[in-house]
Amino acid sequence: MGAIVVDVMLKPEILDPQGQAVNRSLPRLGFEGFTDVRQGKRFVLTVEGEVTDEHLAHARSAAETLLSNPVIEDVVAVHALESAQ
Amino acid sequence: MSTSTQPSVDSVGAAATTPDVEQPWAELGLKVDEYHQIREILGRRPTSAELAMYSVMWSEHCSYKSSKVHFSLWGENTTDEMREKLLVGIGENAGVVDIGDGWAVTFKVESHNHPSYVEPYQGAATGVGGIVRDIMSMGARPLAIMDPLRFGALHHPDTLRVLPGIVAGVGGYGNCLGLPNIGGEVVFDECYQGNPLVNALCVGAMRIEDIHLASARGAGNKVVLFGAKTGGDGIGGVSVLASETFSEDGPTKRPAVQVGDPFAEKVLIECCLDLYAAKVVAGIQDLGGAGLSCATSELASNGDGGMQVELDLVPLRDATLAPEMILMSESQERMMAIVEPSQLDAFLAITTKWDVEATVIGEVTDGEHLVITWRGETIVDVPPRSVAHDGPVYQRPLERPAYLDALVADTTAHLPRPHTAEGLRETVLVMLGSANLCDTSWVTDQYDRYVQGNTALAMPDDAGVVRVDEETGRGVAISTDCNSRFAKLDPYAGAQAALAEAYRNVSTSGAAPLAVTDCLNFGSPEDPGVMWQFREAVRGIAEGCKTLGIPVTGGNVSFYNQTGDVAIHPTPVIGVLGVLDDVALRTGSGFSVDGARVFLIGETRDELDGSEWSRVVHGHLGGVPPQTDLTHEMALSAVLQEGAAAGWFTTAHDLSQGGLAQALAESVLRHGVGVQVSLADLGVDPFTALFSESTGRVLVACSPGTDGDFLAAVGDRVPVIELGVVDTETDGLAVKVVSPSGEDLSFHIDLGTLLGTHTATLPAVFG
Amino acid sequence: MTALPSSTVSGMKVGVVTFPGSLDERDAQRAVRAAGAEPVALWHGDADLHGVDAVILPGGFSYGDYLRCGAIARFAPVMDVLVPAAQGGLPVLGICNGFQVLCESHLLPGALIRNDHRKFVCRDQGLRIENASTAWTSDYEPGQEIVVPLKNGEGGYVADVHTLDELEGQGRVVARYLGDNPNGSYRGIAGVTNPRGNVVGLMPHPEHAIEPGYGPSVDGLGFFSSVLTRLAQGVST
Repeated sequence: MGAIVVDVMLKPEILDPQGQAVNRSLPRLGFEGFTDVRQGKRFVLTVEGEVTDEHLAHARSAAETLLSNPVIEDVVAVHALESAQ
Repeated sequence: MSTSTQPSVDSVGAAATTPDVEQPWAELGLKVDEYHQIREILGRRPTSAELAMYSVMWSEHCSYKSSKVHFSLWGENTTDEMREKLLVGIGENAGVVDIGDGWAVTFKVESHNHPSYVEPYQGAATGVGGIVRDIMSMGARPLAIMDPLRFGALHHPDTLRVLPGIVAGVGGYGNCLGLPNIGGEVVFDECYQGNPLVNALCVGAMRIEDIHLASARGAGNKVVLFGAKTGGDGIGGVSVLASETFSEDGPTKRPAVQVGDPFAEKVLIECCLDLYAAKVVAGIQDLGGAGLSCATSELASNGDGGMQVELDLVPLRDATLAPEMILMSESQERMMAIVEPSQLDAFLAITTKWDVEATVIGEVTDGEHLVITWRGETIVDVPPRSVAHDGPVYQRPLERPAYLDALVADTTAHLPRPHTAEGLRETVLVMLGSANLCDTSWVTDQYDRYVQGNTALAMPDDAGVVRVDEETGRGVAISTDCNSRFAKLDPYAGAQAALAEAYRNVSTSGAAPLAVTDCLNFGSPEDPGVMWQFREAVRGIAEGCKTLGIPVTGGNVSFYNQTGDVAIHPTPVIGVLGVLDDVALRTGSGFSVDGARVFLIGETRDELDGSEWSRVVHGHLGGVPPQTDLTHEMALSAVLQEGAAAGWFTTAHDLSQGGLAQALAESVLRHGVGVQVSLADLGVDPFTALFSESTGRVLVACSPGTDGDFLAAVGDRVPVIELGVVDTETDGLAVKVVSPSGEDLSFHIDLGTLLGTHTATLPAVFG
Repeated sequence: MTALPSSTVSGMKVGVVTFPGSLDERDAQRAVRAAGAEPVALWHGDADLHGVDAVILPGGFSYGDYLRCGAIARFAPVMDVLVPAAQGGLPVLGICNGFQVLCESHLLPGALIRNDHRKFVCRDQGLRIENASTAWTSDYEPGQEIVVPLKNGEGGYVADVHTLDELEGQGRVVARYLGDNPNGSYRGIAGVTNPRGNVVGLMPHPEHAIEPGYGPSVDGLGFFSSVLTRLAQGVST
């Protein structure tokens, strides 16, 4: 059983209030040195058998059609998951 | 005999032949005599599944074992007249009252305290989810929710951790269900620091003939589990069992917190309403605490026969769950229905339409037992009553706490009071901006109050009012109240004061009070002082309800709200529901009409013990709470109802914490319209006039031209003192008052200052 | 709300779609009735508009706001017939979640994201109607200020600068927030329309401001009467 990971992030120009809130909380918990945080989504799509190029193409298409809203989001990565998780 | 020889499924057969096996009854929270009682009931040792079932159903939360013995007070104080309007009384998922025109209304308040301390958002969210399912399972469409919330000190870091999550959880779940939040409370007191209280109320309505009950009748009728799949949620106590289980694998870590999915519940609501409309449901129960254990045993126990369930048929989110886990799971958004075989297809067609998973997992039988099988083996075979209703009953010792005499003797008489105009003015402002008197929009703006389009009154008015019938305007008014400081000083009086306050708040809107629900939040029942507080409170409520003539329809008990030795103040939250024949005739609050004459109904006495002033200015709690006069409250209620129907009042506002000063300030702030008042005729000194918390008082303004009718109709039924007049030319609150020695102590606070002070407090803390 | 007003627009049917999780569809139906037309309940799974003259996508949390608000609802069967109908001129009003569905369907530009202060907000909101020529706002005066409830967690309207300038330039901003920006919407935009003016998306809830005593005003009724006026005139846009 293979799996494909799709990472979706808000476009850089879009306000990310959740990421900002996380960024503000980090120093309060003692985590210094991070200048910005942006929050995105990670989808894991499971397939029968090994991950093929066709699977990846389908996943990319699904990512652009449903998993992301191109008006405000970018699909930043579509790749096979290397190890079992 | 060692455990290594146990079979992989601990069946009834195995239990009968291995009587001396060590069982983890203590770890599961059972007492040794309870364990022996179970063995006696069954005539053998329980299987591990049965043990788990009894342990959870006989827990305090599910069995009410510490409180049951005191509830005889409800019955003893309920007259036939009070029972008349009760369509369903205590014991079912929620009480149901007849509100006229063939409409039945069901309402109840419940607690979800401990989970909300652990996981604020989900604890609060699932608390809302649970009470809504209770209302739904009576056959009603849920109409509205309310949330009485209690937190520790406003400026404590843990309050900052807990409050935003709880509010977001109440809003997140309630808004997504499409239920308007029409009221509640936001209370801050140090005693709740380690034990925030999240009480949730839901009200629903249905036609009288559509009331559904939780009973399994009719051999051959199907037991249908529908809603979300079952997972490992909320199996706290039984995680021990997981490590002691007789199955193959080792101990597993299960999440103790339940996670809610409001979308799943919204869909479930619509699905259930369609099922009710199609009349394909013979009995129904929601799955709350103790999940399947509770639903199966209660349905069977309330029914007329037994029940047979094949546990393997339960749809699972996690295929590795052991049968004990499945029985204990508190996965949310699940319901159990009893369906006649001839109606099963119609039932399933509706669940399919709503994409709700529904599975027949068993049927009602002729026998007298609840029998549950797993992989062909019988793992549960019990008399359902013994699980669900005939659990242990404790007679816990009770004793008036030793500290009480000193606490009661320590009155506010010695506390310095302001006696200058500036002092009085300053005190009004300090109080107005204090934690329990400030504006709570930071909280309430996170709640949808408009959805369903039937909300006639909501916070900050004294009662939440929703229309039930769009044709006639018939509707209900609800208020929840409790001053736990009063209850700490005197639990009996404090409970009656809470009842009186909720009764009065409902009456203030013009509604006729009809029924009561209660959420009794207390410390540990193992502390005789707490048990004494509990019994006193229950006694106060029961006797108070009898005097008022309105019954308790149901409610909830939450014990163990304490950290170490320190219990919370006794907090008997009372919800009163009233009826309005036409919601259009309700009375709201807030000065609005220029020239309207302002009156205070009720008597003001020097009663500052337990007051918000004593807390805010002096950090003091001691003395005797203000007296409650229920006969007066009834007379006052009648006047308020008459006033609403006749249109006498442009505003009516109940007096409670902060006294008259607070009520005046709030009435000005409501619509930003000013007022000129004089305190000369109240018969008490200026300070007492402003800050006393004497009960049974309401501030009203009369529609121009109606004050004569009002005064004539009232006669001497209740005291009425004229205070002044609403004046749009006055900027804010103008108070004319003279000291006993003739010194002019008049003061004025402009609207901008009132508003700024009132609204700055919560945002400064929570952002 | 009881009988229809005396001046009914007889025969007019306005569809109101229910998705799983829709909340304000009954309120939208009430508003349609109040305006004098017949509301028709449309089911998300039914690819059929049943001959209605206009459609409302109501507020709520369709599909629990899973993935993104409106992202799943836009693929519902009813949308298969609604989208082409809208492109052909059928008047469509998307309120709150409905606005989100219209943006996800690309019937309207831009998108709605989480309120900038990250809290759900329910308040009586002042709006200025800036385009009184759409199918849904023709009963208002340009520049008219109204008060209707706003209640959402994901109400921040965003679009790229080019799109925003185009909307402003073409007068396609239908409504703008008055006073403080309640949710971080770019340029304070509360509602937009398509070039033809038949599709309107609005974040606030006019259906909650149609009945005295049950909302801050009756200012919202204009949205529902406008479309009927238009339809009666035989003009779809």
